[in-house]
Amino acid sequence: MNKNLSWFNVTSLALGFAFLYIPILLLVIYSFNASRLVTVWAGFSFQWYVSLFQNEQLIDAAWVTLRVAFISSLVATVLGTMAALALTRYGRFFGRTLFSGMTYAPLVMPEVITGLSLLLLFVAVGFERGFWTITLAHITFTLCFVAVVVQSRLVTFDRSLEEAALDLGCPPFKTFFTITLPLILPAVLSGFMLAFTLSLDDLVIASFTTGPGATTLPMRIYSQVRLGVTPEINAACSILIGVVTVAVIIASIATKRAEKLRASEERAAARG
Amino acid sequence: MATEKARTQTIGAVRRSFAPWTDPAATPLIRFDNVVKRFGEFTAVDHVSIDIYEREFFALLGPSGCGKTTLMRMLAGFEEPTEGRVLLAGQDLAGVPPYRRPVNMMFQSYALFPHMSVAENIAFGPKQLGMPKGEIAGRVAEMLKLVKLEKFAQRKPHQLSGGQRQRVALARSLATRPKVLLLDEPLGALDKKLREETQFELMDLQMDLGMTFLIVTHDQEEAMTVADRIAVMNNGVLVQVAPPSTIYEAPATRYVADFIGDVNMLECKVESCANGDVHLASSVTPAPIEIAQSVEANPGDTAWLAIRPEKMRISLDAPADMTRNCFTGEIWDIGYLGDLSIYHVELPCGTPISRAWWSGRFPGKTRFSSPSRRAPAWS
Repeated sequence: MNKNLSWFNVTSLALGFAFLYIPILLLVIYSFNASRLVTVWAGFSFQWYVSLFQNEQLIDAAWVTLRVAFISSLVATVLGTMAALALTRYGRFFGRTLFSGMTYAPLVMPEVITGLSLLLLFVAVGFERGFWTITLAHITFTLCFVAVVVQSRLVTFDRSLEEAALDLGCPPFKTFFTITLPLILPAVLSGFMLAFTLSLDDLVIASFTTGPGATTLPMRIYSQVRLGVTPEINAACSILIGVVTVAVIIASIATKRAEKLRASEERAAARG
Repeated sequence: MATEKARTQTIGAVRRSFAPWTDPAATPLIRFDNVVKRFGEFTAVDHVSIDIYEREFFALLGPSGCGKTTLMRMLAGFEEPTEGRVLLAGQDLAGVPPYRRPVNMMFQSYALFPHMSVAENIAFGPKQLGMPKGEIAGRVAEMLKLVKLEKFAQRKPHQLSGGQRQRVALARSLATRPKVLLLDEPLGALDKKLREETQFELMDLQMDLGMTFLIVTHDQEEAMTVADRIAVMNNGVLVQVAPPSTIYEAPATRYVADFIGDVNMLECKVESCANGDVHLASSVTPAPIEIAQSVEANPGDTAWLAIRPEKMRISLDAPADMTRNCFTGEIWDIGYLGDLSIYHVELPCGTPISRAWWSGRFPGKTRFSSPSRRAPAWS
């Protein structure tokens, strides 16, 4: 597109990419290292991937993480969407400013504080810490992200669509499920994805709110790293990177394709 | 061609004879009874009372922000009046939610459901009424035929042109056979030519279906074209309710005269007023002005004379009878529009610049080098 890429542009591009991706690239390369020592290259091998799948502790941790992430992001999506609806729809209700401030506070709150306060709460009410406390904590801190994403969609939502449905005899509750929800679904889904990934890689809040028997993957990796990095961890991280990359590529191709199709159909309609 | 003409004539005849508002025994279908709507400090609708009759094509006309859309939304059920009542077929609509009112609205933005096909959009209303499936399909087909979109049933709204979307919106709001169809600036998004065609389509449709239409518009030509009666609103207040010809020929206030069509306004003094003959004097012309209008006025009152441009005649030579109803002035500019020309004429006292339309009765290719002294006259 741009024919005169100056040496300056090329260098800054290369430096930027290097800064972002060299650490990740190193990690992936060393996950195929035959040596036990992380920093010494001793030939290509799949052995760490094999041993990874035999490491029950890591597999368990991954399973816990996925369950926590799934349940918490599902609940956070429902609650966050409801919060976003309340904030965009009900104009100026009593305590609106307070409510919106409180919804977004966890967004900027240091994780340590969120984690500590949740821990204190769970201790105070005598809630046994473990799987469910992590899940509750993750709902709390991912809810606001969902609310932000969904609210930004609702702001541009054409209210007359809902009014048209009401006008045609559809009661409000049904209108929400037949008109509003299908139209804001992309935003709700991306809110869900965001909540899911946030929950997946959270270490701090999970460490505060966990109890015996519930260890998430980031916690397991962190505790193992303290004893020394093993190539197994490299392999685990490489798999995570692979999964995330594939997901992102698929998502972006899908959106691009949908956009292209839509644009061409609109052009066709404009021609008559 | 001949049948087309005959049909237009019948419609014209029906329209002329249709005037339930002159019949004191007729009961209105819709009644706005002293309706007030306030948003905080702002009064959007101020003590408005209107009666609308069955099968009437009624237009609410006014500039943006005059309260006409608010009035319509109170009928649809999206706003509740602060004071007063809205009645439909004698029933007070207070507290009846929009989804239980037998009134449908066609939105300015069309508000087509983007995730549904044209057929699904049209079927939406009948589905809510709990109509059986087979009947819904029949109704959809009938509506598609009505708006000539049979081939587009499976398209999504974004695959349609603006005019097609407008017709889908119309079909969707008619599909449940509402008692009243509300049209909120229905043609605002169309280009001029399509808009004019659609106006006549709307009139035909309203006649054929025998339904009551209430249209909100800021376009005075549109209101004049389609409506049986027009309500002119300004700043939340109802200014005049009358058929288009009355609004044009006998505007109730200066505001209406100025808002509908082009007009020249002259300040005058009332000299005498008797038997429907009003004699006026104005500083712009030495000749007296005589008009035949049944207005109440006392000698010495200040009056505003509104003259429609097309009712004036311009001539280069002084007219034979200079004793009344004539002005002398200089032609400043001529705008040629094909079917008519606009003349900007300055009257001798300097300030008032008058404007006259004249539809090509000047001999041939007469051109004026402006400014040149000429004598426009009117009668």
